[in-house]
Amino acid sequence: MSEGSPNGVHDTFPARFVENVKRLGKEKIFMREKKFGIWQSYSWHDANIRISDFALGLAALGFKRGDRLGIVGDNRPELYFGMLAAQMLGGVPVPLYQDSKEQEMEYIVEHAETRFALVEDQEQVDKMLGIKGKCPKLDTVIFKDARGLRNYPEAFLKSIASVEELGRAFGKDHPGYLEAEMEKVQPEDTAVICYTSGTTGSPKGVVLTHGQLIFSARKIIDLEHMPPDTSTMAYLPMAWIGDFYYSFVTSIVGGFTVNCPESADTVLQDLREIGPNVFFGPPRIWENILTSVMIRMQDAGWSKRKLFQYFTGLATRIQKKRNQGKKPSMGEWIMSQLGHLLVFGPLLDNLGLSRVKSAYTGGDIIGPEVFDFFRSLGINLKQFYASTEAAILISMPESHDIRGDTNGPTVPWMDVKFSKDGEILIKGPTVFREYLKNPDATKEAFEDGYFKTGDAGIIDQDGHIRIFDRAKDVSHLQDGTMFAPKMIENKLKFSQYIKEAVAVGQEKPYVSVMINIDPLSVGNWSEHRNMAYSSYTDLSQKPEVLTLIEKEIRRVNESLAGEEQLKGTQIRKFLILHKELDPDDEEITRTRKVRRGFVSEKYKDLISAFYTDADHVNTEAKVTFADGRTTTIRADLKIIEVPIIG
Amino acid sequence: MPSWANGSGRLPEPEFIFLPLGGLRPMSQNGKTPLLQAENISLSFGGLNALIGISFEIHSGEILAIIGPNGAGKSSMLNVINGFYHPQVGTITYKGVTRHRMRPHEAAAKGIARTFQNIALFKGMSTLDNIMTGRNLKMRVNFLLQALHWGPARKEEIEHRKFVEGIIDFLEIQAIRGVPVGRLPYGLQKRVELGRALASEPDLLLLDEPMAGMNNEEKEDMCRFILDVNDEFGTTIALIEHDMGVVMDISHRVIVLDYGRKIAEGTPAEVRANQVVIDAYLGVSHD
Repeated sequence: MSEGSPNGVHDTFPARFVENVKRLGKEKIFMREKKFGIWQSYSWHDANIRISDFALGLAALGFKRGDRLGIVGDNRPELYFGMLAAQMLGGVPVPLYQDSKEQEMEYIVEHAETRFALVEDQEQVDKMLGIKGKCPKLDTVIFKDARGLRNYPEAFLKSIASVEELGRAFGKDHPGYLEAEMEKVQPEDTAVICYTSGTTGSPKGVVLTHGQLIFSARKIIDLEHMPPDTSTMAYLPMAWIGDFYYSFVTSIVGGFTVNCPESADTVLQDLREIGPNVFFGPPRIWENILTSVMIRMQDAGWSKRKLFQYFTGLATRIQKKRNQGKKPSMGEWIMSQLGHLLVFGPLLDNLGLSRVKSAYTGGDIIGPEVFDFFRSLGINLKQFYASTEAAILISMPESHDIRGDTNGPTVPWMDVKFSKDGEILIKGPTVFREYLKNPDATKEAFEDGYFKTGDAGIIDQDGHIRIFDRAKDVSHLQDGTMFAPKMIENKLKFSQYIKEAVAVGQEKPYVSVMINIDPLSVGNWSEHRNMAYSSYTDLSQKPEVLTLIEKEIRRVNESLAGEEQLKGTQIRKFLILHKELDPDDEEITRTRKVRRGFVSEKYKDLISAFYTDADHVNTEAKVTFADGRTTTIRADLKIIEVPIIG
Repeated sequence: MPSWANGSGRLPEPEFIFLPLGGLRPMSQNGKTPLLQAENISLSFGGLNALIGISFEIHSGEILAIIGPNGAGKSSMLNVINGFYHPQVGTITYKGVTRHRMRPHEAAAKGIARTFQNIALFKGMSTLDNIMTGRNLKMRVNFLLQALHWGPARKEEIEHRKFVEGIIDFLEIQAIRGVPVGRLPYGLQKRVELGRALASEPDLLLLDEPMAGMNNEEKEDMCRFILDVNDEFGTTIALIEHDMGVVMDISHRVIVLDYGRKIAEGTPAEVRANQVVIDAYLGVSHD
């Protein structure tokens, strides 16, 4: 896969990075971070100094070729620098989810035989100290923020600054060491191990090479005509391949600028200050942005609200026409231009999306309503199809042919076919080599040399890939109607009041759903009505809230009734769950995908009550706090029946 | 001493601009040097004796908790320390200087900062501006230059802003930097108030019920901040708190007041075992 390496530069991240340092030097910014209220920049040159010092420091501490560096924390330049430093020495970064519990970290640190860990702060240091005894290979923990660590006596705890200091001394004593180590790094070497979030079973470590990732990123940059001044926002969990690819891989391959927000709470403010020209978010991010817009509109004055409602209604109608290949009428066109002037322009500016040339979503299936909403605002949103194991792209829509329910044609380097059951199978140069130390799972994941994605879908007459759901989740109702829960759930999640939904109906007479209300949005709604509530559980069972959600379900049923394939899967019954689905309770993954098997087992009493005459059900559920303590909440949940249309 | 503090003698974070409050000290001394000594303090309002013959010391670098039932005189004690009330009898020796009367602004200038039981912020001003007011005593440029935001005033303001940004980072309130504090939830307002107190780089920080009205998560956060302030900057802290769990967890020493008298003093464990304290809290009749 060394084809097309320009200027004879190796397809490895260290080599590409050094090339960028030479080419872009002090002129261009590699990373920016908002800190102390100001955007602080690292040019490629500045970054190189810190990365080299840190890499040499790691070497001084005994980090060798093949060693793995665990990385835990929010998106911080120093942590991305650490990834490169490890790669320069022929090592492998293993990013972990920063909100993982100790046991989850223990599994990965132990499984990946991580000897070194680079963590953000005390919170993560504490977790590392907690697992150190059980992970004998872990011998050095390096932290970024010293805060709160003053009295930690452990000698294996080191600050980044002290490691860099060691590196400077080591570099003086060993001139040429780093260059020699970097020479040894080959495109076939492992560049990263990303642990999949695991909707089923233990996480699996996906091994991806320098060559694969760089090949795929170079193709994408060409395909999407991403300009050299591309600026992006690094705000997704570093452990997710999506962030690794978007913030690390493409920026090093394309020489792009990456911006790290001040904190997780300030992402939307920081987005507005940066105004990136490329923006990527999984469906839940788009859902969140949509909800925050709707909440703000609720709080807006009467005239603004009316304007917003009128113009979004109009834009949605026009978008529907476009989806069917029709053009808007002259009158509609004129009014929509007015809408952009009065409402959408200012709104996009407010969201920090006004400079976005291309916006992307992937990693899960987006609801067509959410998708159409952003398209209708004038954002060039594209839904691609990707998988960690494919490093990462499988299909990407072309700019002139974008639809909400498909993911565009297969990328040229990937070969796609289908199994008997309609599961998507892929083969190509970027498909991963193996799951780390898990030959059984690796073997199981392939069929005749094709990787089994686990997604059910089709290729339509225009050559676009369309995904229904995870293959194992697609099933049938009792009467044989096809039932793809994700489609129904996505329609529900379009509602600003519904945060999460789990549809059930496999081998049952009808479809029922369990709802998580959006506490912010419903909380705001109830405040406007002077309704007091004490907790999520209390709010979720208010009769007014149940009526509110019932209305949303009726709307979804109307929409389902309008689609031939889905008509038979209208929702008959629903209830609102008394707790939010939470990754700490293992109900959803860290990337917030529902773990269906676990949920249907945990809430089996609720699910079976759907299929009796009961109009309420008593239940209790275990809740895990972030520190691992647990408690139980009990509730009496009402089951509401909704009329079926047609 | 942790390994990374050896050798280089540098602060762990190279670009860390938040200078330690009250000067960098070698670890919290938590020692015996009294920062403040109160001797035989008595305070009365008309016929009501709020404080009766109270003596105690606040040691440099410690976290001291003042506890007691409602109306025991805890807030009055803080008000005496920072010069808001003037006791009829008794003296206070602070940093080696004994005085009978001191006004609040003098106390503030000498390094005593406080927060209030009922939040006392400027509701219409942003978080940032509220914390900036805590820097007021440190500003040297005259009012006219400040108003014109010109020359040395500009330079000075940048210096102070840097400091305040350090506090905002420390307290993790970046997301509310520009929000008027009146719109913030209670727990965050308390945090902003702590920020304003820290802005004056106090040697002695007085906290009046820093955790009142908070949920468990907010309390945990606040505990973390109090411990970190004490730990990182060596700031001496005296706090009033009703949540016994919190008091026993974070304070080095505890003083117990009841009906204006000091009835016990010692480590949390000693105080917890003290029969007089138990009686006071369980409400044994006072003859």
